[in-house]
Amino acid sequence: MSLMHQSQVSRQPTDTGRVMTWLLLATLPGIATLTWHFGLGVLSNVLLAGAFAAGLEALVLRLRRRTVRPVLADNSALVTGVLLGASLPPGTSLWLILVGMVAAIVVAKQLYGGLGQNPFNPAMVGYALLLISFPAAMTQWAAPHGLLSPDGLSLGELLARVTGTSSGMNSGTGVDAWSGATPLDAFKHKPDALLASEFWASNPLPDGTQAAWRNVALAWLAGGALLLYKRLIGWQIPLSMLAAMGVLASFLYAVDPSHHGSPAFHWLNGAAVFGAFFIATDPVSAATSRKGKLYYGAGIGVLVMLIRETGAYPDAVAFAVLLMNFTVPFIDYYTQPRTQGHARPNRGIKVTRLDDEEAS
Amino acid sequence: MVKAFDFPGGIHPPARKAASTQHPIATAALPRRVMLPLGQHVGQPAEPCVAVGQRVATGTRVARAQGLISADVHASITGEVIAIEPYPVPHPAGLNELCIVIEGDGIRDDWALLPSLDWHSAADDTLYARLNASGVVGLGGAGFPTQVKARVRERHAIDTLIVNAAECEPYISADDMTLREHAADVLEGARLIARLSGAQRIIIGIENDKPEAISALNRAIAAANTETVEVTLKDFPARYPSGGEKQLIKRLLGREVPSRGLPADVGVLCHNPGTLRAALQAVRDGRPLVSRIVTLTGEALTRPGNVEARLGTPMIELLAAAGLDEARLARLVMGGPMMGIELSRLELPLVKSSNCLIAATLDELPPPPVEQPCIRCGACEDACPAGLLPQQLYWFAKSREHDKAELFNLFDCIECGACSFVCPSHIPLVDYYRAAKSEIRAQAFEARKAEHAKHRFEFRQARIEREAAEKEARRQARAQAAKRPSGIAANSTTPVPGSTGRGHDQPAAADTDLKSLRIAQAAAKAAVRKAEKVLARVSQSTGSKGQQQGQSDGEIEDLEVQLATARENLAAIEARLAAAKDAAADATQEPAPQRRSPDTDQERTP
Repeated sequence: MSLMHQSQVSRQPTDTGRVMTWLLLATLPGIATLTWHFGLGVLSNVLLAGAFAAGLEALVLRLRRRTVRPVLADNSALVTGVLLGASLPPGTSLWLILVGMVAAIVVAKQLYGGLGQNPFNPAMVGYALLLISFPAAMTQWAAPHGLLSPDGLSLGELLARVTGTSSGMNSGTGVDAWSGATPLDAFKHKPDALLASEFWASNPLPDGTQAAWRNVALAWLAGGALLLYKRLIGWQIPLSMLAAMGVLASFLYAVDPSHHGSPAFHWLNGAAVFGAFFIATDPVSAATSRKGKLYYGAGIGVLVMLIRETGAYPDAVAFAVLLMNFTVPFIDYYTQPRTQGHARPNRGIKVTRLDDEEAS
Repeated sequence: MVKAFDFPGGIHPPARKAASTQHPIATAALPRRVMLPLGQHVGQPAEPCVAVGQRVATGTRVARAQGLISADVHASITGEVIAIEPYPVPHPAGLNELCIVIEGDGIRDDWALLPSLDWHSAADDTLYARLNASGVVGLGGAGFPTQVKARVRERHAIDTLIVNAAECEPYISADDMTLREHAADVLEGARLIARLSGAQRIIIGIENDKPEAISALNRAIAAANTETVEVTLKDFPARYPSGGEKQLIKRLLGREVPSRGLPADVGVLCHNPGTLRAALQAVRDGRPLVSRIVTLTGEALTRPGNVEARLGTPMIELLAAAGLDEARLARLVMGGPMMGIELSRLELPLVKSSNCLIAATLDELPPPPVEQPCIRCGACEDACPAGLLPQQLYWFAKSREHDKAELFNLFDCIECGACSFVCPSHIPLVDYYRAAKSEIRAQAFEARKAEHAKHRFEFRQARIEREAAEKEARRQARAQAAKRPSGIAANSTTPVPGSTGRGHDQPAAADTDLKSLRIAQAAAKAAVRKAEKVLARVSQSTGSKGQQQGQSDGEIEDLEVQLATARENLAAIEARLAAAKDAAADATQEPAPQRRSPDTDQERTP
């Protein structure tokens, strides 16, 4: 019956709504750093995506004839929106964000039954859809001009970009000057003949790109530390994911340092840290047992490295997470803890065999 | 410090025990009227053995134990039996139960005591009989008859008696206060039960937030003569549910009670301090169980505390005496806030398992917020003391995937409520598990019933078939006997080439018939042997599982029916085989060589 509840006695956030609020708070350092380096486009992404998320959730709830307010109050849609917004290239068009949020909130979440029922990470469903459908727009990252630098987009330009009223995404003359590749992207497309050291020496990226990405990764790490400290996430998934990436990257780097990135390069670039602490740890779509989480995180790490090294995309957190989402039921059946009073844990699904002694 | 083992999970709810431990145990006023439910224990309800209008003294037996697991009920006041009728009793579903209502004058208290026994010298059987006649059951909340538990050595070797004084649930302080004031009695009761169960040592497990009880126990241990059994006191930091039987055994001894097993399976017996005191009183003083110590607490009471109250006292009287402010009372709980039951009315009687009554205000135990969706965060997994995956069990229970729930060890859940306590979505997880468990049990019961019916039907069919086959065999034998002389004559006198063809044909048909009958006979023999084997195995293993006696009795009966069915089938086939052999022997005068080989085959087939 349990008439008492932790929320009556504990300072830990023990309410789904508050858990999500803390999650939002934990994204602030990352978003702030992204904004600092990549300009207001980040903020417009996050705000638009968050607003779309809440609006679409409310709309679908109304269509499903559910009460809107208490469900919206759990903030889970907002979290999905903010996470997707933070993963998009700065200054993404309104329409792209809307498409992504429809895929995330309506298709991946509400059509499956809402919070807790979705087998796939909603934010990553939206992201993967956009990445596959609009590869050009999705791989155009802003150069790290900084929030206040005159080289960056002005508010008016940003508005025009976001609402799609500028002359076009790719044809505009300003775009090349404004945008730049991410280090992962650049390194992936470096000519084979070029050694890594030569490649970096040739200064292939706009000034400060590497530092910007490193700072962003560290900011996400700080947010992740807050999540860990607040016990909103377990250590299993982030650790196993980053460790798996580290092991694979170290191996490849040790074999051939001139064509593979170092572990630090893989950790600090792209969405590795962000994914490890904020995406892969989504409890709804992740493996649920403590042991299962280790396998799940490691699987994501391995897949990220595989796709980064051999796939067509420079980064792979979204695909890796979605692929591992498929394996979750399987992982969960095989990683049950040992229950007290049992000699060993149950594994898999056993069909109770009929007692058949008629062997003679 | 004693080496401590540990169980996984656990939570730290606020203890809230201070309010009820300020004053010594008081004696509640003698009630004018008591209501004694007949099922205050695990097992079958007792059967009334008094009539309406009969005068009874305090301690007179008013209801007799029924069946293997049951307990007597005794009059708790002196007076007259005025009704034996169903009344509402403390029950999670608010059910009515047959109660014996006794009315007295609130002053007279004549005791009908049994003769005093010295447990050191009395024979085991005398002591068992005394415990049985005193209606002592587990007072910690479960209400398992103590006498049945004491007899466990008949099936299991017991080496350790654990006194479960952990009292880990918030609010409850009955055991704490009992130990503070009656530590010596509890200890002697423990020695008595240890002697009866054959335990060589007594371990007292207690959470270290009860320093007074611990020092009282230490004094009692030092004062007592402990040459026969070794008594150890082990204290450990408070963590719910360390007072769970399985958790406590793990904590103190590092032993794990096997799934669906009993503590006795690992050589342990667990008893609550109050029970031990009651057992001692029954033996030493000849005093049956007519009262118990109950914690009255909660913010709606102005004078919380522990009282020793007569069983059957209306709760409202006890609460009123403790200064109940009905305007502030939001809910009344019997037991603790984690595992207790919420009561819908105040007039219910105090029963043997009522260790605590919480009269809580709205702020104190507020109604749970609206249930939100499970996000599989895993907080419940971290809290679970049984090493389960509560989040998965919840999904399976909710979607009624009972087979999966069982695969994830639903029945190892001890329903402690730690998972509900930590759930950020405020899901009443334990309610889901209880519902799933009872559904599974109901399904199993239905399936067993259907199986029984099927086997009985099959038995009847087999019997009818056997009778028909035997009748047919007799009829054929008669017909053969009548036909035989003429048949022989015809066969011997007409050795026509044409007839050999016909004679060759007929045995072939009879042969296939015989062959299939022999196969059927072999199968039937195998079935009989299998049924015998299963029956032997089950009847052997039932000995070790005392608690599921009723269930296994039914199982054995069912297996006996199956065995009888198999025998009937065998008899029917043998009859038909005999008839067919006769027929074949008559059809072909000389036994064909093909017919011999199946015969020898038949010997080998089994």
